[in-house]
Amino acid sequence: MSNLMSGARMLLECLIREGAECIFGYPGGVTLPLYDAMYENPIRHVLVRHEENAAFAAQGYAMATGKVGVCCATSGPGATNLVTGLVNALMDSTPIVAITGQVATKLIGSDAFQEADTFGITRSCTKHNYLVKNLADLPQIVHEAFYIASTGRPGPVLVDIPKDVFQGQARYSPVSAIHLPGYKVYTEGHTGQIRRAAQMIWDARRPLVYAGGGIIASGASAELQTLVELTETPAVLTLMGLGALPSEHPNFISMPGMHGSYAANMALTHSDLLIALGVRFDDRVTGRLSSFAPHAKVIHVDIDPAEIGKNRVPDLPIVGDARRVLQKLNKFLSEMAPAAAPVNAAARQAWWRQIRQWKEEHPLTPAVSSSEIKPQHVMLEIDRLSGGQAIVCSDVGQHQMWAAQFIRFNQPRLWINSGGLGSMGFGLPAAMGAQFARPDKLVFAIVGDGGFQMSIPELATLASYGLPVKIVVVNNGYLGMVRQWQELFYNNRLCAVELDTFPDAEKLAAAYGIKGRTIDRPEQLAPALREAVEEPGPYLLNVRVSPYENVYPMVPAGSAIDEMVFGPLEPVAVPK
Amino acid sequence: MLQVISLLVENKPGALMRVTGVLTARGYNIESLTVARTLDPSRSRMTIVVDVDPALRSLVIKQMNRLVNVIQVSDVTDTRAVVREMVLIRVRAPLERRTAILKEAEIFGARVIDSSVEGFALEATGDPEKLDEFIGIMQSYGEFEVTRSGRVAMSLEATKLKLSPPVPTRSGTNQSQITNGVLNG
Repeated sequence: MSNLMSGARMLLECLIREGAECIFGYPGGVTLPLYDAMYENPIRHVLVRHEENAAFAAQGYAMATGKVGVCCATSGPGATNLVTGLVNALMDSTPIVAITGQVATKLIGSDAFQEADTFGITRSCTKHNYLVKNLADLPQIVHEAFYIASTGRPGPVLVDIPKDVFQGQARYSPVSAIHLPGYKVYTEGHTGQIRRAAQMIWDARRPLVYAGGGIIASGASAELQTLVELTETPAVLTLMGLGALPSEHPNFISMPGMHGSYAANMALTHSDLLIALGVRFDDRVTGRLSSFAPHAKVIHVDIDPAEIGKNRVPDLPIVGDARRVLQKLNKFLSEMAPAAAPVNAAARQAWWRQIRQWKEEHPLTPAVSSSEIKPQHVMLEIDRLSGGQAIVCSDVGQHQMWAAQFIRFNQPRLWINSGGLGSMGFGLPAAMGAQFARPDKLVFAIVGDGGFQMSIPELATLASYGLPVKIVVVNNGYLGMVRQWQELFYNNRLCAVELDTFPDAEKLAAAYGIKGRTIDRPEQLAPALREAVEEPGPYLLNVRVSPYENVYPMVPAGSAIDEMVFGPLEPVAVPK
Repeated sequence: MLQVISLLVENKPGALMRVTGVLTARGYNIESLTVARTLDPSRSRMTIVVDVDPALRSLVIKQMNRLVNVIQVSDVTDTRAVVREMVLIRVRAPLERRTAILKEAEIFGARVIDSSVEGFALEATGDPEKLDEFIGIMQSYGEFEVTRSGRVAMSLEATKLKLSPPVPTRSGTNQSQITNGVLNG
């Protein structure tokens, strides 16, 4: 067998070696050689309807599995359409590899047809990116791309491949080692620091675990569970960390932050030790940073040294992989337990009593009405069907917050949303990716009427692949979160937030050959959702919810997180 | 106050853009920047002088260090380091001023690299502040042109000299090269 191979085949060979099962992509002029090679290749190509959605679908796939998602686009407009998806993956630390075509190397810089400086444009949108100028470098680069995407703090890596590199022929020899002298991955964690952390945890009277996406990325759920059970520490999980502990776990309080629960925010504010695991002290969690957890010492565990001290300077930094660090930490904790556990036992029981009291004072209770469908009611019914087991994807906005508040996730990798970047139109394509990754799972795409209208083209993809994604449009006829802020902070001067036109869901779905319907009565909700779930194919359920419902509790921007608002505020006039 | 950052980076296309991107994304203006290959042709040494908000300095260093092409970054602003710059000056020198100009040049250790009826081309290296003074004096002689190289820096702290830090590779001994690390550890 001759091992002379085209660049396109070499790329596919490398993807197979990396275990890629499917590519979410959209072809074009310069990727023709690649698509020609795909004609006889076992890797499944999923034809999306917009490149941005290819990147989102790859993230849905990656977030549902922990594996690297792959997306592909042509040069110029194809590549620029990927950009939002790349930044989204960067912000949420999702491992994806994006392959883009580029004009032939000789034409680069000549303003050739469909040319864009993809390498330059995506430099700040990716963890790392490559422009492949020589075919000989291609295998090495592709394997490096997967390695960089999936190790350390995961993220998107883009490989830009000119057409002549796809077409060129070269001898292929498998890559056996990766040498990246500047790429530093700190996984182990400093043993001395971890031992000190264990001591600090036992010394604390009001400890609190504050964990996030890093737990899910490193697969540290079991270790986290051991930690909270061993030390009987309460835990809050960030938006990106939901599912890291089962929602039903007794130590789990809820999500903290801007729309977190009262108990979670009060616990953060009154804790004397924050055990921060794979979190980045994001502004949506901390509120006014200077008042965040003012009494707490902070142990900060993160794999990315640049996160340590970025927003809050920790008392004890540990750079390492959450799972490995927690394994060691749990070992130290249990060694110390017999002597250390009883010391603060009484104080800790009082701490737990206090937290239970906060929970009772302001529980997170979904609003339900008999005259109209409350959006919270939708989440309640979805939660009932899911039982903490379904994959739920969302966009950004009010529906996202309600979903995070009221839907249980009893395993990691069930809750897939656009957290850091907050991209509208993420939920539906991400659900496609998740459904491809987990065909066995019930997958909901909970989207707003705004975001859904950014994703409508993907109904064609759902129909074409028969993906049984259940789309639930939480339709209030508004860009709800923006309206909420206009109401509260801009003197109720609503501007450009009303979405007064929405397609007839049944006809829209039917136009794509799938089932759909619109409901607006509370008694229709449970049966309609059941019908959607029982439908073997995709389903579009448009739920007309009460238009003026807002997300509470809320920490107004710039406030401390214990300054929560539990219902409609007096509107604040905007200073002229 | 200006911050002087010294970097060892892979000599690859885009490496410079990535490093400066950390600064430009925040709207910082780079005062000076020098890059050149090291003895090892696969690496370059970069010196950046930039006015960074003091609160963000360590974050900027860490974010540069996070870049895949960056092997090592050090903030040499407040550490033991030599910082030098070179300046090229052309100055019009009519007959009556020639001796004076040469005297001044001598005081600053500058060398004459070209001499003509119209004037001199001078070359001086040294501490950037010294060069400021030299430029100021030459300016007083009238028509004049100047090019500065930007600063180059070298740390004098022995620990910062290592050229081969632990390198993660995929195959084999994953455990051994994983850096045990607290911050900067």
